[in-house]
Amino acid sequence: MNAALTVPETSTITLIVNGAAHTTTARTLAQWVQQQGLESDAVATAFNGQFVPRALRADHALAEGDTILTFQPIEGG
Amino acid sequence: MSTLQRDWETERSAQVKEEPAGRAGDTEQNALPSRLATPTTWQIGGRTLTSRFFLGTAGYPSPAILQQAIAASGTQVVTVGLRRQLAQGTPASADGDFFGIIKATGTHLLPNTAGCRTAREAITLAQMARELFDTTWIKLEVVGDEHTLQPDPFELVDAARQLVKEGFDVFPYCTDDLVSCQRLLDAGCKILMPWGAPIGSGQGLVNPGALRILRARLPDVPLIVDAGIGSPADAVQAMELGLDGVLLNTAVAKALNPVRMARAFGLGIQAGRLAFEAGVMAQQDMAVASTPVAGHPILL
Repeated sequence: MNAALTVPETSTITLIVNGAAHTTTARTLAQWVQQQGLESDAVATAFNGQFVPRALRADHALAEGDTILTFQPIEGG
Repeated sequence: MSTLQRDWETERSAQVKEEPAGRAGDTEQNALPSRLATPTTWQIGGRTLTSRFFLGTAGYPSPAILQQAIAASGTQVVTVGLRRQLAQGTPASADGDFFGIIKATGTHLLPNTAGCRTAREAITLAQMARELFDTTWIKLEVVGDEHTLQPDPFELVDAARQLVKEGFDVFPYCTDDLVSCQRLLDAGCKILMPWGAPIGSGQGLVNPGALRILRARLPDVPLIVDAGIGSPADAVQAMELGLDGVLLNTAVAKALNPVRMARAFGLGIQAGRLAFEAGVMAQQDMAVASTPVAGHPILL
């Protein structure tokens, strides 16, 4: 069983988000994206270094110390 | 009609036999044949295009100028990038809805993997780009040297092989080395984007001989010159060599007037392609008189 699932829903965990510490009550990657006020299709996400497709974010439970990276469109050459 | 006139007409008619309705130089008086005025279509990455100009979207003075430059260029493909958000919770609209502006242009999007140093990084970024931009096209960049931003041929091949397996249409930014280009084709790439010169350097085509060899050895592979283009003359040169298109960014974005420069490049790329299709004359060491003198008196 994933350690995150044993943590009470109201408690916080600390993640590393885009290189900085971040506390959250979210328990899945999908919940975390929603808590940031982001539309689900506004960013692409990586969880512990691996790309996570939009449709699979709800399947990724968060645990203390996990890393999240978010990417957004920018100009490019 | 004199013999000389008949000779002249025979010779000219042989030269312009593809255009029997008009003679060379008649364009001031007569409309250009429509099939010359309209660029021919071509296929790349499963799409049919008329423009052979791929334009980057970075470094413009303002979003409005970027929009105008895209319109002036006539491009149908623009490159875009991805950025890791620097701080948690940064709104997705932090760049003034850049993505919305680009989508409104109606161009095809070619996301890049700029900044990647390993195949693994590039693969992950490509997967994200496919989701964000909803396209299987990816401009695969894996840089091997910090000073020249030269592509790393080994990591590039590794990344390309994996991405092709995952269903991407890989546009690899590569060097002009024939053998590494062949390895990319072996990995499943259907397109190559050899550099003209280091990114952003504006040096033009530093090794046209290598590009000529690529064209000769890979006649059926779409070749897009990517990076290093400085002026429209460089783009014309690339097109006259028979390459299929030109991708550039800085030369337009950093021009004093990006919109006019975008137009200049658009026209240059069209002119270069038309010249390639027409067949550029062979160079000669010595003068060859263009004015017929046979039958003329030597002294008046």
